[in-house]
Amino acid sequence: MEEFAALVDALVYTRSRNEKLRLLADYLTRTPDPDRGWALAALTDCLSFPAVKSSTIRNLMMERVDPVLWVLSRDFVGDTAETASLLWPDAKGAVAPPPSVTEAVEALGRMTRMSVMSELPKLLDRLDANGRYALIKLATGGMRLGVSARLAKTAFAQAFAVAVEDVEEYWHGLQPPFAPLFAWAAEGAPPPRTEDLPVFRPFMLAHPLDDVTVDLEDYVAEWKWDGIRVQLVHAGGETRLYSRTGDDVSGSFPEMAGALSFPAVLDGELLVRGSHQGGEAGGAASFNALQQRLGRKAVSAKMLAEYPAFVRLYDVLILEGEDLRDLPWTERRARLEALMPRLPRERFDLSPVVEADHFEHLAEIRSRTRDEAIEGLMLKRKDSPYVAGRKTGLWYKWKRDPLLVDCVLMYAQRGNGKRSSFYSDYTFGCWDGDPDAGAELLPVGKAYFGFTDEELKQLDRHVRNHTTNRFGPVRETDRSLVFEVAFDSVHASKRHKSGLAMRFPRISRIRWDKPAEEADRIEALRALVKD
Amino acid sequence: MPAPFAWIRAEPHGIHVAPADCWIDPSQPVERARVTHGHGDHARGGHGQTVATPATLAIMELRYATRDGATPVEYGETIRLPGGVEATYIPAGHVLGSAQILLEHAGERVIVTGDYKRRADPTCPPFEVTPCDVFITEATFGLPVFCHPPVGQEIAKLLKALRDHADRCVLVGAYALGKAQRLIAELRGAGHHEPIYLHGAMERMCRLYEEFGVDLGDLRLVSDHSKDDLRGAIVICPPGALNDRWSRRLPDPITAMASGWMRVRQRARQRNVELPLVISDHADWGELTRTIEDVNPAETWITHGREEALLRWCQLHQRRARALALAGYEDEDD
Repeated sequence: MEEFAALVDALVYTRSRNEKLRLLADYLTRTPDPDRGWALAALTDCLSFPAVKSSTIRNLMMERVDPVLWVLSRDFVGDTAETASLLWPDAKGAVAPPPSVTEAVEALGRMTRMSVMSELPKLLDRLDANGRYALIKLATGGMRLGVSARLAKTAFAQAFAVAVEDVEEYWHGLQPPFAPLFAWAAEGAPPPRTEDLPVFRPFMLAHPLDDVTVDLEDYVAEWKWDGIRVQLVHAGGETRLYSRTGDDVSGSFPEMAGALSFPAVLDGELLVRGSHQGGEAGGAASFNALQQRLGRKAVSAKMLAEYPAFVRLYDVLILEGEDLRDLPWTERRARLEALMPRLPRERFDLSPVVEADHFEHLAEIRSRTRDEAIEGLMLKRKDSPYVAGRKTGLWYKWKRDPLLVDCVLMYAQRGNGKRSSFYSDYTFGCWDGDPDAGAELLPVGKAYFGFTDEELKQLDRHVRNHTTNRFGPVRETDRSLVFEVAFDSVHASKRHKSGLAMRFPRISRIRWDKPAEEADRIEALRALVKD
Repeated sequence: MPAPFAWIRAEPHGIHVAPADCWIDPSQPVERARVTHGHGDHARGGHGQTVATPATLAIMELRYATRDGATPVEYGETIRLPGGVEATYIPAGHVLGSAQILLEHAGERVIVTGDYKRRADPTCPPFEVTPCDVFITEATFGLPVFCHPPVGQEIAKLLKALRDHADRCVLVGAYALGKAQRLIAELRGAGHHEPIYLHGAMERMCRLYEEFGVDLGDLRLVSDHSKDDLRGAIVICPPGALNDRWSRRLPDPITAMASGWMRVRQRARQRNVELPLVISDHADWGELTRTIEDVNPAETWITHGREEALLRWCQLHQRRARALALAGYEDEDD
């Protein structure tokens, strides 16, 4: 537990992704089984101990600390687990050595709501403050250490010098402490079997099409839909829906879990039905509508009725035990088209192929498209197999040109890591009326630096020389600098003062030359809303 | 007969000693000031007369460029003030020159601690427990979550980070008066005799410590050296310079901060600190409560900090106590 606690502590203070990877990989290589497996499960929030809740911790503390001192401390620290770890009285007399992660996990697993009040203290007594913090976080869930499933898998691959795609594929069929995964990666045992399990297969991804043209003899075009890319898997009698990162999102979309009833692995775009958007088969709503459904643990009947989800299919990877990934795209496409009649129409449609005579024709089709559910075009090599990750020359994404608006810099915040001394994160706004008649700016978006180092220095200097107010790490600037901001779309939003939310805003140019009064007004942006 | 202790009163800008018409650590310029120690929130400039230890007066002179009205008093020396008040300066163990001030009048004894700690500090004499009727204590870390670990443990953490990253430097944010010099002295005590590099704002205070007999070893200025010279070295700067432009000249620094607030993870994260060092010149919760027990006053008055929790502790232990509302004390960086 001490090593795990030290890892947790180091991860808390590390913001660099590479350093996180190094810390995790180092821990995984030098920690024995099954401790490292349990630790991995804890870090990726795969463990659950229903007997231990935040209220359990509070109740335990109330038995040991004056309630007024507890509340004052909790308010100051801001986190129950941390406050408890600091306030837990040191055990009197001799105690057993700290438990291993495995011992702690097993003991936590045995606890019931009846026994937790007497059993959890026995573990806490054996640990120091850092150990107690790690144990309470592990027991109550939600480590919030910035360790995504993807990061953990990458660290695992780095630790044992194996391919991250293989880790992704084998991982999903396994339960903590993932013994077969470690046996395979660390000791060269045969890989875990995944055929009969609803596991995630790594996605095939695309490179952006920058200044390249392709021959439509070799490539086929499809729309790039603006939803979330998903993989729907049915195996061993179970159906799962996975996001791009391999996270299981089945719980948020129960209607999809019931929609596939034969063994298959399908690749597509998760969308929400909408009446007023284009697209051929029934139409999809904008990403804004889909967002209403994301990240929900419980889905109400009202949600299901108002925002019904469906998947627009791109590809088929595995069908009834047959792995199709090595076949060329044209053959997989034929298999996909052939299986469409077997799928319920309200939950699935097929992403159509975009017909064009030649590349210039396709460019023209792309430039005409302003359908809110379309992000651009995909270009896929007709003979491309389905391979994990981004392989040059097989698939390209060709996003439609962004929308542009001129905004005025309002606030700047310091960045992280190497950028911690630079004001590199900007909030900008549009005029709410005529600036010469005293109109104010309304903030419309926020974006990180997207420039050269030289420009970043100039911007940093500008912020420091034009500061009018300071709020902790944030500086308010005078209204003097114009940014040309590019974005993919803009939506109505109740969460923002301006009533607008931009999707993927980024600063495309710094307009040192442009007077701030000539920046755009909020009406210009509002006119682009197509919800 | 007047009410007990009516001759000493807490006003918003300091503690007023009525018979002598003088102020302890006033936050505004006054005619007669008695100053516990040299931190800016206790030792303001512009007073008519300032009575303090020689080290505190030297620190104030460094800061305000004047000795006007400076009246030195040694530790243990008792001075007579007007109105039948006697004042004795007693070591507080906080920083160089820091003192508790014992005030005696009409048979009543009152101690104003200023800031203090109970741990050993190679740069100043230790806190002396002195009996009194009213003990006016600070409460900067007056919450039971504050338990400063042994300083050796934190120094070892710092030296380990230094060893593990030979091509980087460890940049430690430390309060320019007291914390920085104690950190250096502790590092020397732990056997680290390499040059330590300073931010320009630290230099004069370190020299002053050396003039008062605190040996800090080989100190150099960052501005005299190239990036490569600083690889594998410890660099010390004021907390405000940690993430500022100044730090861009350093070789990929590991950002550390030496402060009692580093005990709380979120506090460290807010300041982008990668290596929190829980080193404080203030008493932690255990030291505060133990000191009240050791001194065992009839009344405890609590100032600047988290008064509420310490007040609660006094109630739970049947000790008469009250919180004073004094303005102008800052504790963010210590």
